[in-house]
Amino acid sequence: MRVGILDIQGDVSEHLEMLKKINVEGVMVRYKKDLDSIDGLIIPGGESTVIGSILKARGMDKYILDIKIPVMGTCAGLILISEKVDDKDGLMPILKISVSRNAYGTQRESFETDLKINDVGSFRGVFIRAPRIDEVRKGVVLSYFNGKPVMVKDGRNIGLTFHPEIYGDERIHKLFVDGLD
Amino acid sequence: MSYELNVKYGTDLLKKGFAKMTKGGVIMDVTTAEQAKIAEEAGAISVMALERVPADIRAEGGVARMADPLKIKEIMDAVTIPVMAKVRIGHLAEAKALEALGVDMIDESEVLTPADPFFHVNKREIKIPFVCGARNLGEAVRRIWEGAAMIRTKGEAGTGDIIEAVRHVRMMNQGIMEVKMSDDNEIWDMAVHIAKSYENLIAQTREMLHGKVVISDEDVVFANFTYGEIKKGMYDVLKEIKAAGRLPVVNFAAGGVASPADAVLMMEHGVDGIFVGSGIFKSQDPKRMASSVVQATAAWDDPEILVEVSKGLGGMKGRNVEKMDESEKIQGRGW
Repeated sequence: MRVGILDIQGDVSEHLEMLKKINVEGVMVRYKKDLDSIDGLIIPGGESTVIGSILKARGMDKYILDIKIPVMGTCAGLILISEKVDDKDGLMPILKISVSRNAYGTQRESFETDLKINDVGSFRGVFIRAPRIDEVRKGVVLSYFNGKPVMVKDGRNIGLTFHPEIYGDERIHKLFVDGLD
Repeated sequence: MSYELNVKYGTDLLKKGFAKMTKGGVIMDVTTAEQAKIAEEAGAISVMALERVPADIRAEGGVARMADPLKIKEIMDAVTIPVMAKVRIGHLAEAKALEALGVDMIDESEVLTPADPFFHVNKREIKIPFVCGARNLGEAVRRIWEGAAMIRTKGEAGTGDIIEAVRHVRMMNQGIMEVKMSDDNEIWDMAVHIAKSYENLIAQTREMLHGKVVISDEDVVFANFTYGEIKKGMYDVLKEIKAAGRLPVVNFAAGGVASPADAVLMMEHGVDGIFVGSGIFKSQDPKRMASSVVQATAAWDDPEILVEVSKGLGGMKGRNVEKMDESEKIQGRGW
């Protein structure tokens, strides 16, 4: 089992630490060729506009869709795999959801909160300039905050608006990896 | 069902977490909404809102203060990426103003004229994260203990000369190496030495009043902290550095980055990302310079991309730091 972490921009090493905790080999994915030898891909938090433009420049966005690799996206990573972003077409429409970027405000409005996650349990959610999921057209919602979905799973793909890797809780990574077998 | 959500804002985790989201990115100095848009389109991870870039502050002289809130707001409204702004070293009121304005990160910066001759801001008092400059590990440890969520090299801002940024990252990395090779007793001695710069105010006061200086660990020397607590604080940060083999916060390069190759050089020295000040909008083609620095930084391990983005690019004229008078250098500000 080899799980790739998109290593273009963002909190890459924090995701690698999570994989280490569950004894899964993490592989840095920087260029298109790196996508061929992995079983799943994690797209980290960071700035979605930056990561998206480099994915496109390296021809990686289309390739990720072509090879149908399972993806887990956190925060910026979720934005990159959403079908609709701020009412426009998203880069890689892997999850049939609509999201709004920076929906809670600036960093001053970033927050931590307790969440209940189906299949996982109680979880500390760390939301940093987080997007909001406004509509889920396919898949299941695993967690809500203030009545809005914050975690969605569709088949083997997972999207979340918060950062388990910043809190250091590896259970969501385990859920993603268990789905890859 | 009663269920306590326990919502918290402005925690250390949120501050450090925000900084982690910038890793691998380029943060650019901008002075107008139009420049901010150019930076965003070129792929900047964030912009630093300023009234004047460091090269102009250097040329024009005078006292450099926090930017006009109108200017910062105009830039915040122009882009969706995070916006940072600078406060003078030790200027808590400017920091509170930026917190109220809602910028995403505060740079307590030597590029502005320092406001406090003894202390930096006690950054724990502010809910939004801080980045602070450092020339070496000692400065970095003090800033991290004070609550900085991110460190950057000071370099020599506004010169377009990379040598000081390289000096500072090498000093930092060598310091980390020394810490890794040291035992707990040696690390405690380092902590005591690094804590010394918090003595200045009380030392000067006692010299003035008693003609001699004796300072004990029970004396309160900075904010509400005793000297003993500060030494222990330095020790704890040093132990974190030893355990992680790196700074426990994100570490960027700044001060003199003026070409895509400069950015790549700093990435090769192991920094997490790049600040470019005057280097973008003092170049002949800011749009291309901005996008070239972003692409080179993202592909710092691929020299072919560096060649491609550097072709016919030019750059700011710059000033050779080694030919500058000591009094012109701003890296010595802060302690």
